[in-house]
Amino acid sequence: MKKMTAVTGNEALAEALRQINPDVCAAYPITPQTDMMQRFSDFVADGLVDTEMMLVESEHSAMSACIGASAGGGRVATATSGPGLALMWEMLYVASGMRCPIVMAVVNRALSAPLNIHCDHSDAMGARDSGWIQLWSENAQEAYDNFIMAFRIAEHPGIRLPVMVCMDGFIISHSVGVMDFLADDKVQRFVGNFTPQDALLDVERPVSYGPLIVTDQYHEYKKAQNEIMDSVFAVTEAVASEFEYLSGRRYGLFESYRLEDAEIGIVVLNSAAGTCKDIIDEARENGVKVGLLKPRLFRPFPYAAVAEALSHLKVVCVLDRSDSFGAFAPLYVEIAASLYPREQRPVLLNRIYGLGGRDFMPEHVEAVINEMTDIVSRRIAATPKKYISLRQYY
Amino acid sequence: MKTRIITKSTCKPVISEPGNSAVYKTGAWRSLKPVFEAAHCSSCLLCWLYCPDMSVIVHDGKMEGFDLDYCKGCGICALECPGKKGEKAITMVKEDIL
Amino acid sequence: MTTSSLKLKDLVNKDIRLAPGHRMCQGCGAAIVVKMALLAIDKPVVACSPTGCLEVTTCISDSTAWKIPWIHSAFENAAVTLAGVETMYRALKKRGKISQDMTFVVFAGDGGTYDIGLQSLSGVMERGHDLLYICYDNGAYMNTGTQRSGATPFGASTTTSPAGSAVPGKLQLRKDIVKIMAAHNIPYVAQASPSHHLDLMRKVQKAVSISGPKFINILSPCHRGWRSKADDAITISKLAVNTCFWPLYEIENGKMKLTHVPKEKLPVADFLKPQGRFAHLFRPDNAWMLEDAQRQIDAEWAALQATQACEASGN
Ligand SMILES: Cc1ncc(C[n+]2csc(CCOP(=O)(O)OP(=O)(O)O)c2C)c(N)n1
Ligand code: SF4
Ligand code: SF4
Ligand code: SF4
Ligand SMILES: [Mg+2]
Repeated sequence: MKKMTAVTGNEALAEALRQINPDVCAAYPITPQTDMMQRFSDFVADGLVDTEMMLVESEHSAMSACIGASAGGGRVATATSGPGLALMWEMLYVASGMRCPIVMAVVNRALSAPLNIHCDHSDAMGARDSGWIQLWSENAQEAYDNFIMAFRIAEHPGIRLPVMVCMDGFIISHSVGVMDFLADDKVQRFVGNFTPQDALLDVERPVSYGPLIVTDQYHEYKKAQNEIMDSVFAVTEAVASEFEYLSGRRYGLFESYRLEDAEIGIVVLNSAAGTCKDIIDEARENGVKVGLLKPRLFRPFPYAAVAEALSHLKVVCVLDRSDSFGAFAPLYVEIAASLYPREQRPVLLNRIYGLGGRDFMPEHVEAVINEMTDIVSRRIAATPKKYISLRQYY
Repeated sequence: MKTRIITKSTCKPVISEPGNSAVYKTGAWRSLKPVFEAAHCSSCLLCWLYCPDMSVIVHDGKMEGFDLDYCKGCGICALECPGKKGEKAITMVKEDIL
Repeated sequence: MTTSSLKLKDLVNKDIRLAPGHRMCQGCGAAIVVKMALLAIDKPVVACSPTGCLEVTTCISDSTAWKIPWIHSAFENAAVTLAGVETMYRALKKRGKISQDMTFVVFAGDGGTYDIGLQSLSGVMERGHDLLYICYDNGAYMNTGTQRSGATPFGASTTTSPAGSAVPGKLQLRKDIVKIMAAHNIPYVAQASPSHHLDLMRKVQKAVSISGPKFINILSPCHRGWRSKADDAITISKLAVNTCFWPLYEIENGKMKLTHVPKEKLPVADFLKPQGRFAHLFRPDNAWMLEDAQRQIDAEWAALQATQACEASGN
């Protein structure tokens, strides 16, 4: 029988870290991630793990230390949020370019200015082109499961790339949810031993990391990096089916929810998907044929499969919890790119919600569904990009 | 060492042939060339120590000349050579340009 | 402490762990500094360099001059990149996956040390990582074309502090990086020069025999940026020492010691004169700069001597 436990998202990931017991963990405190690393530091202090913790002086240094440690030849993990991820930006590209299989929890937080510690996805979206694999998680359970699977994907011999596992700051990181932990030995067996490649610490076989690469090769390096990303789909699916065998929980590259017979659909990442699913169920009872698609693997992005799942719809609303000022938001852009090659494709809407932790409420989902229904019945014309859940000032 | 073809399996900026820069002959950069006169050498080995390009050849503790594959002709060895009895054992001459 | 011979007749039998074929300019001081430092160490070395002249010239395309494990990750983080490697070493040793003894050394330029890399360097020193950080100080951002750095001496004309008709070169003093490092209360801090190779190599040898963080600042002539002659790396660093522009000293467990006192302290003009970057200091209208430069050096030298005297007297 499964043992269900009530924990926060941060507790769940700290627990995963305890079970995995990485060789080195370098981190810097930032809300809302801090409490995950504090919990893990307790495990270190109490001898429950023997990970070497590096409590560095900045996130830039945290990622630099992770790169050095990973190149050294062992398993490395870290975590950050918002501005911390932004400060790492230069080093994110170095980590992927040097093929360091680092796993990082990103507890999503808005970026300054103005200063804001609450959830949105601007941090991870800013890093979407950095060559990291990105897994997104709806709740603590999925974050925990993704985090464990992330090591297998990152360290796969054909991949060897860093992975970030995103979960919503506060909404998931700090709220208690019920979840099922796997047994320590099961996790350890699933993750397995780390196999070093080109270990810097192998002094018998000295390697040089990080040459200057000029115009004769750089372009090819980047093309090859792109090809490796193409292999990530199959590896992610294979790891997920092994994980299903272990846990009974099944994960695809994205989740389709009541999409098959739907006329309209919502696309949304992370925790907001939960609220959407509840309202979709209610709408379905009233005869509205609405469904949802929730990407799990955002980098690389499974364009063809997403198009297959959405192209039969009449209207799709992409809900973005981050923005690109003066442009469409990141998730919308991917959905539009997915659907463009299809002859039959839905009308696409981009709705920006929940920036800086603005509550995303059932009525917002209802309004989105109503708007799409109105567009289907041609009562209104489609406005491509709008902000929802705005406060009204009188 | 060949310039590698960058593919999925080689796209890692790591070089696993330590010291393979030696295939690159920097001697071609030279416009001045050091000339060694053994008779004036006191075997102090300073030229060996100072040479930034590892181009001073020493055998059995004795300076024996230059590795012109790499010598860039900076002239440090000549300037610093104490020589013997006021005579330097290294002098710089113009490289013959054919 | 390791006391293997530093006599040249013994050193010539050692493998120099930096291969020829590197692309540093002819006569580059950085190559000499790295060579001397590596010769002074017996153990396997794992090294790291930030972006800069040494890095781009030693590891390019498919070619490396390093015969030891070496990593470059970026410009501002050599200390912490290597601290990451060193931490992995401790992790794997603890878990029985590595048994070999090795030592960790950063070779970084002054820009990567005094300026953009100072934060991560400070963090590494404070946290006590077991590594030696060597700054090869050529007093400017040479790799990008001799822009001023926090290490550029007063008066120097660089591409971003050019000696013009209104502003006569760099008007600020160098940061005292050695004192900044010493203020971290680490076990060993020193300053060295390739002109005094035995002193330099003794310092490196001593540093790697001590566990914990160590820092050595080493003068690294760059005739391109200093606008001097290609053959003068050793001669000019000797002048730097003998004018007391570049005092040789060490601070071991908080105790300062001058490791070389010039027999005759030369005027700083002797060091400045052969360098084009200081040519404008010798114009009559800039005489005050030369005087200022001399005053600064005299003051620093007097302070170092006073500190040593004070410590020797038991204080
Ligand atoms: C983040 C970042 N900023 C700026 C640069 C450009 N840059 C590369 S090397 C360098 C100067 C290096 O100077 P220094 O550390 O003194 O080494 P040197 O080249 O003089 O040996 C600069 C400014 C960079 N590579 N990365
Ligand atoms: S001229 Fe320079 S490079 Fe050539 S041997 Fe002498 S010191 Fe070495
Ligand atoms: S420096 Fe001059 S005297 Fe000394 S070993 Fe070299 S050639 Fe001989
Ligand atoms: S520019 Fe200066 S520091 Fe850079 S390689 Fe040339 S001589 Fe050396
Ligand atoms: Mg410099």
